[in-house]
Amino acid sequence: MAGKSSNKKMAIIATKGTLDWAYPPFILASTAAALGYEVQIFFTFYGLQLLKKKPNLKVSPLGNPGMPMPMGMDKWFPVLGTAIPGMEAMMTMMMKSKMKAKGIASIEELRSLCLEADVKYIACQMTVDLFDFSPQDLIDGIEYGGAAMFLAFAGDSDICLYM
Amino acid sequence: MADQELDARGLNCPLPILRAKKALNGMGSGQTLKIIATDPGSVKDFQAFAKQTGNPLLESNEANGEYVFVLKKA
Repeated sequence: MAGKSSNKKMAIIATKGTLDWAYPPFILASTAAALGYEVQIFFTFYGLQLLKKKPNLKVSPLGNPGMPMPMGMDKWFPVLGTAIPGMEAMMTMMMKSKMKAKGIASIEELRSLCLEADVKYIACQMTVDLFDFSPQDLIDGIEYGGAAMFLAFAGDSDICLYM
Repeated sequence: MADQELDARGLNCPLPILRAKKALNGMGSGQTLKIIATDPGSVKDFQAFAKQTGNPLLESNEANGEYVFVLKKA
Protein backbone atom coordinates (compact mmCIF):
# COMPACT_ATOMS: atom_id res chain seq x y z
CA MET A 1 0.00 0.00 0.00
CA ALA A 2 1.40 3.32 -1.05
CA GLY A 3 -0.61 5.42 1.42
CA LYS A 4 0.75 7.64 4.15
CA SER A 5 -0.05 5.07 6.81
CA SER A 6 0.27 1.31 6.86
CA ASN A 7 -3.10 0.91 8.62
CA LYS A 8 -5.79 -1.15 7.02
CA LYS A 9 -8.59 0.95 5.59
CA MET A 10 -12.35 0.57 5.41
CA ALA A 11 -14.63 2.74 3.29
CA ILE A 12 -18.41 2.73 3.74
CA ILE A 13 -21.19 4.39 1.75
CA ALA A 14 -24.27 4.92 3.94
CA THR A 15 -27.42 5.55 1.88
CA LYS A 16 -30.30 4.60 4.18
CA GLY A 17 -32.06 6.75 6.75
CA THR A 18 -34.03 4.32 8.89
CA LEU A 19 -33.29 3.21 12.44
CA ASP A 20 -32.48 -0.38 11.45
CA TRP A 21 -30.20 0.64 8.59
CA ALA A 22 -28.42 3.18 10.76
CA TYR A 23 -26.74 0.45 12.79
CA PRO A 24 -24.54 -1.47 10.31
CA PRO A 25 -22.33 1.48 9.25
CA PHE A 26 -21.77 2.75 12.79
CA ILE A 27 -21.21 -0.70 14.33
CA LEU A 28 -18.71 -1.73 11.69
CA ALA A 29 -16.97 1.64 11.65
CA SER A 30 -16.53 1.83 15.42
CA THR A 31 -15.34 -1.78 15.64
CA ALA A 32 -12.93 -1.41 12.73
CA ALA A 33 -11.51 1.74 14.33
CA ALA A 34 -10.98 -0.23 17.57
CA LEU A 35 -9.11 -2.85 15.54
CA GLY A 36 -6.81 -0.20 14.13
CA TYR A 37 -8.47 0.47 10.79
CA GLU A 38 -8.61 3.91 9.28
CA VAL A 39 -12.30 4.43 8.46
CA GLN A 40 -14.31 6.82 6.34
CA ILE A 41 -18.09 6.87 5.91
CA PHE A 42 -19.62 8.70 3.00
CA PHE A 43 -23.23 9.70 3.78
CA THR A 44 -25.41 10.23 0.77
CA PHE A 45 -29.12 10.54 0.02
CA TYR A 46 -31.19 9.28 2.99
CA GLY A 47 -27.98 8.36 4.79
CA LEU A 48 -27.61 12.07 5.56
CA GLN A 49 -30.37 11.62 8.16
CA LEU A 50 -27.79 9.78 10.28
CA LEU A 51 -25.75 12.99 10.58
CA LYS A 52 -28.59 15.21 11.79
CA LYS A 53 -27.99 16.86 15.15
CA LYS A 54 -31.20 15.32 16.44
CA PRO A 55 -31.78 12.25 14.30
CA ASN A 56 -35.40 11.17 14.33
CA LEU A 57 -34.94 7.71 12.86
CA LYS A 58 -37.80 5.29 12.47
CA VAL A 59 -38.28 1.66 11.61
CA SER A 60 -41.24 0.65 9.50
CA PRO A 61 -43.02 -2.68 9.00
CA LEU A 62 -44.40 -1.25 5.72
CA GLY A 63 -43.00 -3.16 2.78
CA ASN A 64 -40.79 -5.11 5.17
CA PRO A 65 -42.10 -8.69 5.32
CA GLY A 66 -38.97 -9.80 7.20
CA MET A 67 -39.73 -7.67 10.21
CA PRO A 68 -40.88 -9.75 13.17
CA MET A 69 -44.00 -8.22 14.66
CA PRO A 70 -44.50 -8.65 18.40
CA MET A 71 -47.56 -10.33 19.89
CA GLY A 72 -48.49 -12.04 16.60
CA MET A 73 -49.54 -8.69 15.19
CA ASP A 74 -48.75 -9.82 11.66
CA LYS A 75 -51.75 -12.17 11.89
CA TRP A 76 -54.09 -9.28 12.73
CA PHE A 77 -52.48 -6.70 10.47
CA PRO A 78 -51.37 -8.50 7.30
CA VAL A 79 -49.65 -6.44 4.57
CA LEU A 80 -52.12 -3.55 4.26
CA GLY A 81 -52.38 -3.34 8.03
CA THR A 82 -48.79 -2.22 8.22
CA ALA A 83 -49.88 0.99 6.46
CA ILE A 84 -52.28 1.96 9.27
CA PRO A 85 -51.42 5.43 10.65
CA GLY A 86 -49.45 5.19 13.86
CA MET A 87 -48.04 1.75 13.06
CA GLU A 88 -44.61 3.16 12.23
CA ALA A 89 -44.44 5.19 15.44
CA MET A 90 -45.50 2.16 17.45
CA MET A 91 -42.97 -0.18 15.84
CA THR A 92 -40.23 2.41 16.34
CA MET A 93 -41.10 2.77 20.00
CA MET A 94 -41.14 -1.01 20.47
CA MET A 95 -37.82 -1.43 18.67
CA LYS A 96 -36.17 1.31 20.73
CA SER A 97 -37.35 -0.10 24.04
CA LYS A 98 -36.24 -3.60 23.04
CA MET A 99 -32.81 -2.29 22.06
CA LYS A 100 -32.46 -0.52 25.35
CA ALA A 101 -33.43 -3.66 27.27
CA LYS A 102 -30.82 -5.69 25.38
CA GLY A 103 -27.97 -3.25 26.04
CA ILE A 104 -27.67 -2.10 22.44
CA ALA A 105 -26.10 1.32 22.05
CA SER A 106 -28.14 4.20 20.69
CA ILE A 107 -27.23 5.60 17.28
CA GLU A 108 -26.13 8.88 18.88
CA GLU A 109 -23.80 6.95 21.20
CA LEU A 110 -22.23 4.87 18.41
CA ARG A 111 -21.92 7.95 16.25
CA SER A 112 -19.92 9.82 18.86
CA LEU A 113 -17.82 6.75 19.70
CA CYS A 114 -16.83 6.63 16.02
CA LEU A 115 -15.85 10.29 16.05
CA GLU A 116 -13.78 9.76 19.20
CA ALA A 117 -11.99 6.93 17.40
CA ASP A 118 -11.18 9.24 14.46
CA VAL A 119 -13.67 7.77 12.00
CA LYS A 120 -14.05 10.38 9.28
CA TYR A 121 -17.57 11.39 8.20
CA ILE A 122 -18.14 12.86 4.78
CA ALA A 123 -21.51 14.37 3.89
CA CYS A 124 -22.29 14.24 0.20
CA GLN A 125 -22.41 17.90 -0.84
CA MET A 126 -24.71 17.19 -3.76
CA THR A 127 -27.42 15.59 -1.59
CA VAL A 128 -26.98 18.22 1.13
CA ASP A 129 -27.91 20.77 -1.55
CA LEU A 130 -30.64 18.56 -3.03
CA PHE A 131 -32.46 18.26 0.31
CA ASP A 132 -31.80 21.90 1.27
CA PHE A 133 -29.90 20.87 4.40
CA SER A 134 -27.55 23.39 5.91
CA PRO A 135 -24.41 22.57 7.92
CA GLN A 136 -26.30 23.81 11.02
CA ASP A 137 -28.68 20.85 10.66
CA LEU A 138 -25.82 18.37 10.83
CA ILE A 139 -23.38 17.50 13.62
CA ASP A 140 -19.99 19.19 13.87
CA GLY A 141 -16.76 17.54 12.87
CA ILE A 142 -17.83 16.30 9.45
CA GLU A 143 -16.44 17.11 6.03
CA TYR A 144 -18.35 17.87 2.87
CA GLY A 145 -17.29 16.35 -0.42
CA GLY A 146 -18.15 14.45 -3.52
CA ALA A 147 -17.58 11.15 -5.26
CA ALA A 148 -14.00 11.95 -6.23
CA MET A 149 -13.10 12.68 -2.60
CA PHE A 150 -14.60 9.37 -1.46
CA LEU A 151 -12.91 7.41 -4.23
CA ALA A 152 -9.52 8.86 -3.33
CA PHE A 153 -9.81 7.01 -0.01
CA ALA A 154 -11.91 4.03 -1.16
CA GLY A 155 -9.54 3.21 -4.02
CA ASP A 156 -6.87 2.56 -1.46
CA SER A 157 -9.07 0.65 0.98
CA ASP A 158 -9.02 -2.99 2.06
CA ILE A 159 -12.78 -3.17 2.67
CA CYS A 160 -15.38 -1.14 0.80
CA LEU A 161 -19.06 -1.49 1.66
CA TYR A 162 -22.25 -0.01 0.26
CA MET A 163 -25.12 0.12 2.72
CA MET B 1 -5.05 -10.50 39.53
CA ALA B 2 -5.49 -8.21 36.55
CA ASP B 3 -4.19 -4.64 36.62
CA GLN B 4 -7.54 -3.26 35.57
CA GLU B 5 -11.10 -4.53 35.42
CA LEU B 6 -13.91 -3.67 33.02
CA ASP B 7 -17.53 -4.46 33.75
CA ALA B 8 -19.23 -4.97 30.38
CA ARG B 9 -22.25 -6.85 31.78
CA GLY B 10 -25.48 -6.12 29.96
CA LEU B 11 -23.71 -4.50 27.01
CA ASN B 12 -24.20 -5.79 23.50
CA CYS B 13 -22.05 -5.82 20.34
CA PRO B 14 -19.92 -3.80 19.69
CA LEU B 15 -19.80 -2.04 23.08
CA PRO B 16 -17.71 -4.61 25.03
CA ILE B 17 -14.97 -4.40 22.37
CA LEU B 18 -15.11 -0.61 22.20
CA ARG B 19 -14.92 -0.25 26.00
CA ALA B 20 -12.04 -2.73 26.15
CA LYS B 21 -10.14 -0.85 23.47
CA LYS B 22 -10.64 2.40 25.36
CA ALA B 23 -9.41 0.85 28.61
CA LEU B 24 -6.33 -0.61 26.89
CA ASN B 25 -5.48 2.80 25.46
CA GLY B 26 -4.96 4.11 28.97
CA MET B 27 -2.79 1.18 30.08
CA GLY B 28 0.90 0.45 29.90
CA SER B 29 2.57 -2.32 27.92
CA GLY B 30 2.47 -5.68 29.73
CA GLN B 31 -0.49 -4.73 31.93
CA THR B 32 -3.56 -6.94 31.98
CA LEU B 33 -7.23 -6.10 31.59
CA LYS B 34 -9.99 -8.33 32.91
CA ILE B 35 -13.35 -7.99 31.16
CA ILE B 36 -16.63 -9.41 32.44
CA ALA B 37 -19.37 -9.62 29.82
CA THR B 38 -22.77 -11.24 29.33
CA ASP B 39 -22.94 -11.07 25.52
CA PRO B 40 -22.34 -14.61 24.14
CA GLY B 41 -21.03 -13.06 20.91
CA SER B 42 -18.17 -11.51 22.83
CA VAL B 43 -16.35 -14.90 23.00
CA LYS B 44 -15.53 -14.94 19.29
CA ASP B 45 -15.24 -11.16 19.20
CA PHE B 46 -12.49 -11.01 21.82
CA GLN B 47 -10.58 -13.80 20.05
CA ALA B 48 -10.74 -11.79 16.83
CA PHE B 49 -9.90 -8.55 18.61
CA ALA B 50 -6.79 -10.11 20.19
CA LYS B 51 -5.65 -11.57 16.89
CA GLN B 52 -6.07 -8.35 14.96
CA THR B 53 -4.68 -5.92 17.51
CA GLY B 54 -1.80 -8.11 18.72
CA ASN B 55 -2.88 -7.85 22.37
CA PRO B 56 -2.82 -11.49 23.56
CA LEU B 57 -5.96 -13.04 25.06
CA LEU B 58 -4.64 -14.81 28.15
CA GLU B 59 -7.95 -16.17 29.39
CA SER B 60 -11.47 -16.79 28.13
CA ASN B 61 -13.87 -18.50 30.52
CA GLU B 62 -17.57 -18.88 31.01
CA ALA B 63 -19.39 -19.37 34.31
CA ASN B 64 -23.05 -18.81 35.23
CA GLY B 65 -23.86 -16.96 32.02
CA GLU B 66 -20.94 -14.57 32.43
CA TYR B 67 -17.88 -14.46 30.24
CA VAL B 68 -14.50 -13.49 31.64
CA PHE B 69 -11.63 -12.45 29.44
CA VAL B 70 -8.11 -11.35 30.27
CA LEU B 71 -6.23 -9.31 27.71
CA LYS B 72 -2.61 -8.34 27.94
CA LYS B 73 -1.61 -5.02 26.48
CA ALA B 74 1.12 -5.57 23.90
